[in-house]
Amino acid sequence: MAHELPFIAAIDEAIRLEMERDDTVLYFGQNMATTENEPYVDAFGKDRVRVTPISETAEIGMAIGAALAGFRPVVELYMAEFMLVAMDQVINEAPRFRAMSGGQVKVPLVLKAGFGFTAGWAGQHTGTIGALFMGVPGLKVVMPSTAADAKGLMATAIRDDNPVVYLHHYLLTLEHGEVPDGEYLVPFGQAAIRREGSDVTIVATGWTVDRALGAAERLAAEGIQAEVIDPRTLAPLDTQTILESVDKTGRLVLVDQATRHASVSTVIAGEVAEHGFSSLKAPIVQVTALDATMPYSQPLEAWVLPDEDKIVAAVQQVLGSAPVTA
Amino acid sequence: MPVPPLDGEQALRLLATMWRIRLFEEQVGLLARADEVHGLIHLSVGQEGVAAAVCLQLRDDDAVYSGHRAHGHAIAKGAPLERLMAELMGRDSGLCRGLGGSMHVVDVEHGFMGATGVVGGNIPIALGSALAARLRGDDSVAVVFFGDGAVQAGHFNETVNLASLWGLPLILVCENNGFAEFTPRSAHTNVERVSDVVAPYEVERDTVDGNDVAAVWEAFGRYLASARGGSGPFLLECLTHRLRGHYEGDPGKYREALAAADWQEKDPILRLQRHGIAQGWFAEDAAAAVESEAAEAVEQAVRFGRRSPFPPVGLIEEMVYADA
Repeated sequence: MAHELPFIAAIDEAIRLEMERDDTVLYFGQNMATTENEPYVDAFGKDRVRVTPISETAEIGMAIGAALAGFRPVVELYMAEFMLVAMDQVINEAPRFRAMSGGQVKVPLVLKAGFGFTAGWAGQHTGTIGALFMGVPGLKVVMPSTAADAKGLMATAIRDDNPVVYLHHYLLTLEHGEVPDGEYLVPFGQAAIRREGSDVTIVATGWTVDRALGAAERLAAEGIQAEVIDPRTLAPLDTQTILESVDKTGRLVLVDQATRHASVSTVIAGEVAEHGFSSLKAPIVQVTALDATMPYSQPLEAWVLPDEDKIVAAVQQVLGSAPVTA
Repeated sequence: MPVPPLDGEQALRLLATMWRIRLFEEQVGLLARADEVHGLIHLSVGQEGVAAAVCLQLRDDDAVYSGHRAHGHAIAKGAPLERLMAELMGRDSGLCRGLGGSMHVVDVEHGFMGATGVVGGNIPIALGSALAARLRGDDSVAVVFFGDGAVQAGHFNETVNLASLWGLPLILVCENNGFAEFTPRSAHTNVERVSDVVAPYEVERDTVDGNDVAAVWEAFGRYLASARGGSGPFLLECLTHRLRGHYEGDPGKYREALAAADWQEKDPILRLQRHGIAQGWFAEDAAAAVESEAAEAVEQAVRFGRRSPFPPVGLIEEMVYADA
C-alpha cells in the first residue's frame, strides 16, 4: 500500500520510523526541538532529539564521536552550504576514521541537508555541491528526486554503517508523490530508469530529473525516444546501468544543476568515455549550470541553470552529430 | 570528591610509563632518521608526565583522543609498544594495520579512540563520546588532549560551549608547551592562560605544572572523580616543555634551546625519580629497573616491527566503507 506525501514529509516519515525501530538513532540540529511540544521531542524525548547552537563543527564532530560509541546520529543541517563551515569534520575526520584505524571503527551517521534553492536565494544557498562529497572516499552521497526515494533512501542512510551525506533538493520540498507505507528501503548504488527509450540516454539528478522527463515528453512528440536515468546515489554510483543504457542508445546527455567543473556529470562523462566509448555514436553533451556563482536576478538565474529547453537542444545536438569513428 | 593520594606503587607505575614513552620516542627518532619510520613524526619528549598522570587513572571504557603528538597518550592508555611500533613502521601487525601511522593512531581495545593530524580536529569528536557516555548512563568519561595552539580555533570554543551547556563528562587536557607548532603563544593571543579562555562558560578549570607528575595526578584525579559522579566539563591546563622540535627534523630556529642543567631540573621523569626516592615511594634500584625494563620492551618492539610484513596493497580498498 502507498499513500501520498510531500517530499519533505516522506523524509520525516523515514526518520520517525527509524527512531521508533532503533533507539540508538539520535536527531539533532539547529532550530529544532526548541519546545516540549514538538512531535519529535514528544515521541522520543530530549535526550535523543536535541537543539544545537549554530556550531556546525561541534554538531558534526559530536555526531562522529557518538557514532564511534555505537549511536546513529542524524544531523539536521538545513542548507548544504552550512556543511562547508565544518569541512574538516565532513571530509577529513568522519570518512577517514575507518580507513585510518585499519577497520577498527565504523562511523554511521547521516548529514541531512537541503540544497539547490534556486528561487532567488542567490549565491550562498543554491549550490549543488554533491560532487564535492562524492569525491571523498568513505562518504556516501544520496540525492533523491521522488518522495518515495526520499523516504527509502533516508531509511537506508540511517541503517548504513558509514557517514552518509543526504542531500534533498529544496525545490522538491512540497512536491507530492506516492510513498510506500511502513518500512521502505531503497538500496544505495542502484539507479532508477525513470523512462525507457532507445534513441538517447539522459542522466539527471535531483530536481533536474523532472526537467529531463519534461524534455523527454517534448522529444517524444518529435518521435525521439529518450531513456531517463536517475542515479539516486552519487556515491556509490551505478555506472553499470548508465553504460548498459548507452550501449543500447549510443548517445548520452548528462544533466546536472552543479557547476560543470564540480558536477556529477563530468564524473559520469569520464566513466563512459573510458568504459563505453565504443558504444557512442556521438560525443557526450553535458547540460550543467555555468561555472559561475548563482546570481540573484531572475533572468540571470535562469541563464545559469539547466532547463527543459537546454536539455531538448542537447538531445537534438547528439542526434544530429556526425557518428564518432572509433 | 576525594582523590586517592599518589602512593609508592602508583608512582612507580607512572615512572615506568614515562620511561616507556621516552625511550620509545627516542627510538622512533632514530628510526625516522634511518627511514625505517617514514613520514611526519611529532615527538612528545619532555611532556610524558601529563600523558602518564592522566591516562593511568582511566579505564579502557573511557575514551581518549589526542592530536598529532600522540604516541605518549596511546602508550599511557595501554597501547602495546610492539603494535604501536609496527604501526609507525607501516606494517600489517600495526594497531591500524599500517594505514594510520603516527598521526592517526587508534587502539579501540584500550579506549584510545584516536589521534588527528588536524590541530584540535577531534575535540568535538570527544564531545560526542561524552554525549554517548551520558546517553548510556554509565560513569565513563571522555578525555581529549590538545596543545595550546588548538585553543584559538573555533572547534575548541564550540565544544566548550556545548559541553558546558549540556554538562557532559568531558575533561579537556591542554598541554601548554608555549608553542603552537612554530609560533609562540604570545603571537597568537592576548590570553596567556588557556584556563582563562573557558572562564565565561564557568567551566571548572585549573593550571598546573605539567612536569610535576604528582600535581597533574592530583588535579586530574579530582576532575575525574567529579566527572564519574555526573559533573562536567573540566579543563586542566598543564604547563610543560617540548624538548624536541615541532616535528622530527625541525631546525627549531624559533626558540632558544634549554640549557642542559635547566632541563635536568624540569625533566618530569628525573623529577619524579628524585621526588619518589626522597619520599620513600621507591628505591633507587627499583627506579633503575623500570628504566631498563622499558628499554628492553622498546627493543622488543623494534624487533617485532622489523619482522612484521607490510599490509597487502589491496587492503586500503577494503577499508573505504564498512559493510552495512
